[in-house]
Amino acid sequence: MSNRISVQLFGITREIVGSSALTLDLPQPGQVGELLSNLKEQYPALTGLRSLLVAVNGEYAEADQPLHPNDEIALIPPVSGG
Amino acid sequence: MVSITTDPIDMNAAYRYVSTDAAGAITFFFGTVRDSTDERAVERLEYEAYDRMALTKMQEIADEACRRWDVRKYTIIHRKGNLAIGDIAVLIAVATPHRADSFDACRYIIDTLKQQVPIWKKEIFEDGQVWVDAHP
Repeated sequence: MSNRISVQLFGITREIVGSSALTLDLPQPGQVGELLSNLKEQYPALTGLRSLLVAVNGEYAEADQPLHPNDEIALIPPVSGG
Repeated sequence: MVSITTDPIDMNAAYRYVSTDAAGAITFFFGTVRDSTDERAVERLEYEAYDRMALTKMQEIADEACRRWDVRKYTIIHRKGNLAIGDIAVLIAVATPHRADSFDACRYIIDTLKQQVPIWKKEIFEDGQVWVDAHP
């Protein structure tokens, strides 16, 4: 059974992927770490970033956090506000 | 109050908002658009925000500042979109009874904002563009 999730993209990750959002299927139950390795495989330029975090429902997430289809998921490249 | 806006930041409105009879000090920090980076001329900046999470993080930072210092009023306003040289990108204002708290709280807020809040800026040069701090 697959686990289709959608991911919002910002800043340089949006430019690397060429879109402000993407959907992908993770094995059930998918975790943050699997999402990152999957995306880095598809988009090798992501591995060159200073850091790459995942936010789940508006909070920074650890690698072992599970992902659910209804979660709001975003890739967070190095922030540079201010 | 925390906010993200595409409109120019109104410092007078911010001053009116944080003014309180309980304040003996109001500290303002303005982050502004500099005309060069590493001696390379910057034409403009583009800011992008993950609004929902950025507002949540800005509020968490403000709440923490209120726990650590005697903050009576505050505002944090971040702009996004296209900014020109000299524009205000971020405004932080903190009102406290005594000046040490307002300096310390204001410094804490801007330093933590820059580390944690999901906002990104791209520097546009005459001959290229760079997402700031994206690469090692």
